[in-house]
Amino acid sequence: MAMLEIKDLSVYYGVIQALKGISFEVNEGEVIALIGANGAGKTTTLHTLTGILPAKSGSIKYNGVELTKIPAHKIVKMGIAHVPEGRRIFQQLTVLDNLKLGAFTRKDKEGIAADMAKVYELFPRLEERKSQIAGTLSGGEQQMLAMGRALMSNPKIIVMDEPSMGLSPIFVSEIFDIIESIRKDGLTVLLVEQNAKKALAIADRAYVLETGRITLSGKASDLINDEKVKKAYLGE
Amino acid sequence: MAFLDNLINGISLGSIYAVIALGYTLVYGIAKMLNFAHGDVIMVGGYVIYTAMSSLQFNPYLSVLMAICACTILGIVIEKVAYKPLRQATSLAVLITAIGVSYFLQNMALLIFGEKPVSFKSVIDIPNIKLFDGQITIKSETTASIVISVIIVIGLSLFVNKTKSGRAMLAVSEDKDAAQLMGINVNRTISLTFAIGSGLAAIAGALLCSTYPVLSNTTGAMPGIKAFVAAVFGGIGSIPGAMIGGLLIGVIEILGRAYISPQLADAIVFAVLIVVLMVKPTGILGKKVNEKV
Repeated sequence: MAMLEIKDLSVYYGVIQALKGISFEVNEGEVIALIGANGAGKTTTLHTLTGILPAKSGSIKYNGVELTKIPAHKIVKMGIAHVPEGRRIFQQLTVLDNLKLGAFTRKDKEGIAADMAKVYELFPRLEERKSQIAGTLSGGEQQMLAMGRALMSNPKIIVMDEPSMGLSPIFVSEIFDIIESIRKDGLTVLLVEQNAKKALAIADRAYVLETGRITLSGKASDLINDEKVKKAYLGE
Repeated sequence: MAFLDNLINGISLGSIYAVIALGYTLVYGIAKMLNFAHGDVIMVGGYVIYTAMSSLQFNPYLSVLMAICACTILGIVIEKVAYKPLRQATSLAVLITAIGVSYFLQNMALLIFGEKPVSFKSVIDIPNIKLFDGQITIKSETTASIVISVIIVIGLSLFVNKTKSGRAMLAVSEDKDAAQLMGINVNRTISLTFAIGSGLAAIAGALLCSTYPVLSNTTGAMPGIKAFVAAVFGGIGSIPGAMIGGLLIGVIEILGRAYISPQLADAIVFAVLIVVLMVKPTGILGKKVNEKV
């Protein structure tokens, strides 16, 4: 059984249908990339997955449990962490407070302390700046904070929405290196990216979304050589 | 000495405004709405204390405690019944609803207690303080208002900044969706905010009615509006801002009444607000609003 099983998922924004019955699955330990143009429905997919948006029809099963009827604030406790598009860190709070909020649902003090140490090891910069107000961090540092905050919930799967968006090339490489090391720790990753080249390079499998439908799927190593993908998303 | 006397009265009134303003500022900061019924919760608190003391012969402290409980529950109920269904509605719809709730509370009080104002017996029984060989008397209500408002501001700041529930409130205040992704129950957090704000309104009601011992169904309306001004003045959403704004509004009002014109005192308060907002639109301690892209 797949860890995450999405079947015939349809989602509306008012009268506009953003997702037109998509199906895909994520197995434990995989890195899955979801690529597509602006407005294809990538962010909508992730928002529905973590309960921010309601599904109109279809199902999302996580280890066999139906997620579409569970409110967003309970989903993170089940082991799904979401690094949202645009980072959405709490700008007016300190770096440390942001990380603590990431562990909001947890009560195991020792586990939290251990994960905090792990996050600092992964992002030494966050430790240096832990008492700084988060809004004063650079874009790349804010992205690291958003990822660190998500890791603080001790997730089994982490979904990331455009983690490289708006970052300088150095930070982009750094972010992808970190995704690599997160997966080595055994975490499952669902990655939404416009930087299709980097995403396909790191992913095991990938799905291509076009205007609310999945039009292509397969091994990332195959897709990266697919003529259509090359033309539409890799700029070759 | 008369000036000092007026100043003390201003600080006393300002402390009460501050406690009311805290309720406004908390609810605005977290739920992003103006709860114009907040002032009327003060009135309800006043009537609960009045009834408990006169009809039930309860002692003053127990009566205040009853009022705090009653108003806390009232605040939660108002939020559930009137505002929660409008979470996705425009802010104008919420504002009109708040005005409706305000009239509802005023008219319910009219129905139950009649139009004749009742005289309120002070709940404070500490001694007056005499200064300068008795030239200046600080009334017990004044001492109580100042001390209690300071305790509330410090307590509330500690609660918001140091506890987990407080941090959840800050997170919801900044970004509701991101807060949910942290596992924070946004509805419960907003409910808690209303509970705290309304409980504070009950305390404000006890102080206000003890200082100005006439109670009618519109008692809370004008202080409610002044406290709203105080919250905006200090920077809406800011806890210390509410305190500073409340004190300034109280002092300006009393000094304006004493030295400029009793009739124009309220107009002066609003004129000062307009000037402050022209110079600093976010209020004295207001934070710059970070627009989300």
